[in-house]
Amino acid sequence: MWGGRKLSCSGRRFLGVLGSGSRARRAERPRLAPWAVFSDVQLICTLQNKPWNFKEYGTMCIKSCRMTFSSLNRIEIYWPPWTQPYSSSRTTVDSSEVKTFLALAHKWWDEEGVYAPLHSMNDLRVPFIRDNLLKTVANHHPGKPLFGMKILDVGCGGGLLTEPLGRLGASVFGIDPVEENIKTAQHHKAFDPVLDKKIEYRACSLEEIVQDTEETFDAVVASEVVEHVADLEAFIQCCCQGLKPGGSLFITTINKTQLSYALGIVFSEQIAGIVPKGTHTWEKFVSPEKLESILESNGLSVQTVAGMLYNPFSGCWHWSKHTSLNYAAHAVKSVAADRSGPAELVAEEGAEVPQAKASTPAGVHEELRK
Amino acid sequence: MAARLAVSRCGALPAAARRGSLVPCRRWSAGSADAVYDVVVSGGGMVGAAMACALGHDIHFHDKKILLLEAGPKKALEKLPEMYSNRVSSVSPGSATLLSSFGAWDHVCNMRYRAFRRMQVWDGCSEALIMFDKDNLDDMGYIVENDVIMHALTKQLEAVSDRVTVLYRSRAVGYSWPGPFSMADSSPWVHITLGDGSTLQTTLLIGADGHNSAVRQAAGIPSVGWSYDQSAVVATLHLSEATENNVAWQRFLPSGPIALLPLSDTLSSLVWSTSHEHAAQLLSMHEEEFVDAVNSAFWSDANHTELISSATSALQFAVALLKPTKASARQLPPSVARVDANSRVLFPLGLGHAAEYVRPRLALIGDAAHRVHPLAGQGVNMGFGDIASLLRHLSTAAFNGKDLGSMSHLTRYETDRQRHNTALLAATDLLKRLYSSRAAPLVLLRTWGLQATDAISPLKEQIVAFASK
Ligand SMILES: Cc1cc2nc3c(=O)[nH]c(=O)nc-3n(C[C@H](O)[C@H](O)[C@H](O)COP(=O)(O)OP(=O)(O)OC[C@H]3O[C@@H](n4cnc5c(N)ncnc54)[C@H](O)[C@@H]3O)c2cc1C
Repeated sequence: MWGGRKLSCSGRRFLGVLGSGSRARRAERPRLAPWAVFSDVQLICTLQNKPWNFKEYGTMCIKSCRMTFSSLNRIEIYWPPWTQPYSSSRTTVDSSEVKTFLALAHKWWDEEGVYAPLHSMNDLRVPFIRDNLLKTVANHHPGKPLFGMKILDVGCGGGLLTEPLGRLGASVFGIDPVEENIKTAQHHKAFDPVLDKKIEYRACSLEEIVQDTEETFDAVVASEVVEHVADLEAFIQCCCQGLKPGGSLFITTINKTQLSYALGIVFSEQIAGIVPKGTHTWEKFVSPEKLESILESNGLSVQTVAGMLYNPFSGCWHWSKHTSLNYAAHAVKSVAADRSGPAELVAEEGAEVPQAKASTPAGVHEELRK
Repeated sequence: MAARLAVSRCGALPAAARRGSLVPCRRWSAGSADAVYDVVVSGGGMVGAAMACALGHDIHFHDKKILLLEAGPKKALEKLPEMYSNRVSSVSPGSATLLSSFGAWDHVCNMRYRAFRRMQVWDGCSEALIMFDKDNLDDMGYIVENDVIMHALTKQLEAVSDRVTVLYRSRAVGYSWPGPFSMADSSPWVHITLGDGSTLQTTLLIGADGHNSAVRQAAGIPSVGWSYDQSAVVATLHLSEATENNVAWQRFLPSGPIALLPLSDTLSSLVWSTSHEHAAQLLSMHEEEFVDAVNSAFWSDANHTELISSATSALQFAVALLKPTKASARQLPPSVARVDANSRVLFPLGLGHAAEYVRPRLALIGDAAHRVHPLAGQGVNMGFGDIASLLRHLSTAAFNGKDLGSMSHLTRYETDRQRHNTALLAATDLLKRLYSSRAAPLVLLRTWGLQATDAISPLKEQIVAFASK
């Protein structure tokens, strides 16, 4: 198995990852379960091969990383091949990155194909979104629990998460900068008469719609997206802008740990070739701590951060207390806006004082608010 | 039925036209397009009707569109006929729980059923016997007429007619399946053609169309199976005197098992599995002759031999020494006085098991998936067990907003049920073969096996628990 291969032997190839020019693209790839079994020794070798890491994090980090390792007998990381290139600004959408994913667009809906782990991630993220949203309502229609809610799915890809949310009764607006993804999503939902009415797709960036959709959504979902975003702060601001006061932001992503570097970029891209080289840029990964601080500083109070682990044998995801690989976060936009009194503040402990936002009167663009 | 608009297939559109627009192949037309259902159940026997009922009453299916197709007529009883039907089922407590979960068991209780507390099984070639009961005087099961179950299900289907549409006298004549995954240009749903030429689509098809399942054949799912060299004769019998009548009796004769199931203080139902020729004879003989044949089948010692008898006594003695109280006292079955006119009917028996229960957008339940010898009285209970399992998985899937036809939860249903059903199928087949023999070694083996099982309570309790599911 791959676990037997030495990570250290790829030391020379690191440079390739770090140099952004070497983005090999491969549309087709063998369907391999992206997991690995490493020993502590191998991890250390890896880290030693990457001196700048030491500089940045020091040995404490290595230690905690080793602890994570020894506590998990078999390390399983899910390495997403679907990863959407996403940017809050259309101009920063990398056109070569877009091409990488075009070839994959038609494979979105093969449950057993390259996106299988993303299909099965729904078993975690749909209940996560559903249950957190249901906490905010007094009663709901059991057959359509999210009925009446408006959700924005940012970076919706082929609509893998958009459709389940639509089936739960929510009106979902799915956006993705890749036109092919939107076509795939559009084509797929059109066969289902109920979904067809519940879901609207558009090929665009978040920035392009944010002004038209100010304080429109009960929830904004950015699943497996933020690790591709160039300016995370701006991205979160846009998400927040689209949320109604009290609305929920849901994020799933990959942590920025030694482990995610070792298993994700080094192993999956460089050694095993599970994911096309250049799919991820480790520097763009974000730790839960970093994400939390960005959320809080943008008037979102973080409710939950939970680790997710992928078991490649069963093809299932599980919740975990380890956030060192994949994790999910839920944050709520403060009710207090500049127009509402401070008495309505529901911000949780630690939440920053909500920013005074330019309160463009909602209703300039009504098309999305139906 | 709330008509649902449907999207017509877009395969016929030229590729260029499709590429041109963002909404490539949507064409709304309420009249010509097929209706799209969330679930279509094909076959409205006891199992299919119960499946549709269970889905219709599930809270996560409140907003789904379900269709039940049944080739036969509607089977609601105007009023309960005085005469008992000759088609009865032994319903396990687990099945009764399922029927209660959607209100059907209440209708059964308001009509008629008979609980039994014990089950005595004994060998026609020896004194060996096993007595099943539950310590706490719980019911072991219930004997219910199939018509009563169907009536209860029909009533409960009417209660959810806003989400479950039932088409009686509608036979599905053709099924076509989507490609391996749905990015093809054609519709990703299952297409069903009805006998009258109309067509419809569904995200999930549940095949409950009995042991000759057309759904299973259309899907190309292989089924292993064979016909037994036996037919079952059923009849409604009047007992010589009124009794408590709360025991189900079954005796293994070399020609096949004969069972007497309680219906009331004075009535019992007969299920007699025997050779085809003998079954035909039993059907054609005079009523008195038939009653004599039944009585002697339960009482006769003609098949006993010296050897087996002494061997049996030896084991009984040994068991008695080890566990003085455990061996069950033999009880005598009631004697039969007469048979209801025209209640004798014959059914050929067979065994069958589908190699797969699921395919993308397809699940098989009930006899469509497995056919079992009636000796264990498990046929419909296995089907109800399928429903409980499939319902659990589908309900979770619906609450998670999943595509109901997805293999990810269908395979979980298959794993759950194949584990249970294959064990039961194998056990009943083994029993059937073991007991079809007069050969001394086999008789000894089963005699001792039965006696030992009877003496080992944990084992017996396990069997009861398994059969109660
Ligand atoms: C003699 C005998 C005694 C039995 N005793 C017991 C017992 O004591 N306990 C027990 O648990 N089980 C017993 N069984 C077994 C039990 O009867 C069956 O397992 C049970 O009836 C199976 O139910 P089902 O709904 O799966 O199939 P079926 O009852 O065969 O129903 C299939 C239905 O599908 C319909 N159909 C078929 N094709 C189509 C089509 N193309 N389109 C639309 N509709 C269609 C048919 O009209 C029928 O109504 C016994 C069986 C026999 C033969």
